[in-house]
Amino acid sequence: MPTLPPKTTRAPSPPWTSLDVRADFPILACGERPVVYLDNAATSQKPDAVIAVTTRYYKSMNANIHRGVYRLSVEATDAYESARTRTAAFIGARHPREVVFTRGCTEAINLVAMTWGLQNLKPGSRIVLTQMEHHSNIVPWQMVAARTGAQIEVTPVTADGELDIAAFERLVSQGAALAAVTHISNVLGTINPIAELTQIAHRHGALMLVDGAQSVAHMPVDVAALDCDFFTFSGHKMCGPTGIGALWARGELLDAMPPYQGGGDMISTVSFEGSTWNVVPHKFEAGTPDIAGAIGLGAAVDYLTRLNMSRVAEVEANLLSYAEKILRTIPGLRIVGQARQKAAVISFLLDGVHPHDIGTILDQEHVAIRTGHHCCQPLMDFYHIPATARASLAFYNTPEDVDALAAGLRRVIEVFR
Amino acid sequence: MSDLRELYQQTIIDHNRKPRNFHALADADHHAKGHNPLCGDRLELYLKMDGDRIADAGFTGAGCAISTASASMMTEAIKGRTIQEAKSLFNKFHTLLTTPMHEPIEIDGLDKLEVFSGVREFPVRIKCATLAWHTLDAALKDDRSEAKTE
Repeated sequence: MPTLPPKTTRAPSPPWTSLDVRADFPILACGERPVVYLDNAATSQKPDAVIAVTTRYYKSMNANIHRGVYRLSVEATDAYESARTRTAAFIGARHPREVVFTRGCTEAINLVAMTWGLQNLKPGSRIVLTQMEHHSNIVPWQMVAARTGAQIEVTPVTADGELDIAAFERLVSQGAALAAVTHISNVLGTINPIAELTQIAHRHGALMLVDGAQSVAHMPVDVAALDCDFFTFSGHKMCGPTGIGALWARGELLDAMPPYQGGGDMISTVSFEGSTWNVVPHKFEAGTPDIAGAIGLGAAVDYLTRLNMSRVAEVEANLLSYAEKILRTIPGLRIVGQARQKAAVISFLLDGVHPHDIGTILDQEHVAIRTGHHCCQPLMDFYHIPATARASLAFYNTPEDVDALAAGLRRVIEVFR
Repeated sequence: MSDLRELYQQTIIDHNRKPRNFHALADADHHAKGHNPLCGDRLELYLKMDGDRIADAGFTGAGCAISTASASMMTEAIKGRTIQEAKSLFNKFHTLLTTPMHEPIEIDGLDKLEVFSGVREFPVRIKCATLAWHTLDAALKDDRSEAKTE
């Protein structure tokens, strides 16, 4: 029988607050002085429900999938495929077969570049990116461009951190084959108008890939409504385990794409005269996948579904406006990224203090933030800054966490006075 | 807070705010670039020689307080020294940063550079303190590639 991850006993009835869900995350209460965790754009913390399901898989269900005729293997296969079904539903996919499990968002983008890209890009083909892309949505395209002779165009951003939509349209209208755009900037917090950008791309005959690494855990995502062609994301940024992520693509695209890696499970028949490929999505999942990771991702999806993504977005929006209000009281602090549509990611600079020093001093106060270029060197170059400090919030962060950040920043100023 | 004051001693804060020798040397005999890919710190080092002796040193760039103060204090410390003396100073500085905490520091001749002893408590920041010195090493070798801490 299909084995679904267990439901947690307490399902918060809306509208819940951060305080109601914090207890689901053991690490937030770990140690004598628990960490104030504000690096959620790098990775999220994991709720008990996800940890328990992953452990349970290894303790009572571990077997390889799509192979055995014995009960354990059937159970593991059902749990793995059920995780795919729920993940597909979570992002509004029409069919579970449109979801390919990968190691993460990075591998999902590489998969598209090395399969669809190598098959479809030719000398002179254009790939339209944006100035605010993460290295993982730049470098795979540079690699495929080097092999195919395709060329990369970059959509500029405004000083506030919004995309220049007119420039985007100009670039895709010049015969672009693909536009690849982040849903939410991991540095600026900008929520890009994907549905509008997709319309523009399609109008000019380009496909649209959306890097959803920063969006799936912070807002409702519906790939059908976005109307994009590829959507990529990581499990570990959405309360799931590391090492698992997914590519969603329209079924007909996946059917036409060549395999990514060769090996077991991705084949239908193998002989030395030649091999034939398995059906989608298995064609793209060579070898034994991260079964525990996929099942954990399924549990994360269940957890977020119970919380309701609209409520998650609302809680984080309230937290963001509180945080921006508090941070504006810190003398010499400047927020980088002031888009009108913004997720709870706050990059900032402090007069006369390098972000790296801010990070070290905040760490002494048990406040964990990220400092550096955030894998977005082209964006740093655009703003002529070497680095920023970044606080990225999640629905389990509280106003008290923001207060601890502000207190830590006042300590930074004191040290540097 | 005590650890923080160990790391960010007043001398370091002062050199970060007002770096000494913070300029390029137009007539430099040696020049090298340094880069810490982890945090993006970049600096350029210029040396003017008088025979075997470093007659003048200057640097430009942007980095955290530890790397800026380290570059500033290094340029002060190496002026007037021979290449061999500068290299020996780097070795001593390196030993300072890698001496385990709570072990006494028994290194002669570091003088002011001992203010960096607090960096030992923060292993991820050791590379900030050594960037300038790696760049010095590259400059003396006339290494055209960028000195890296990684």
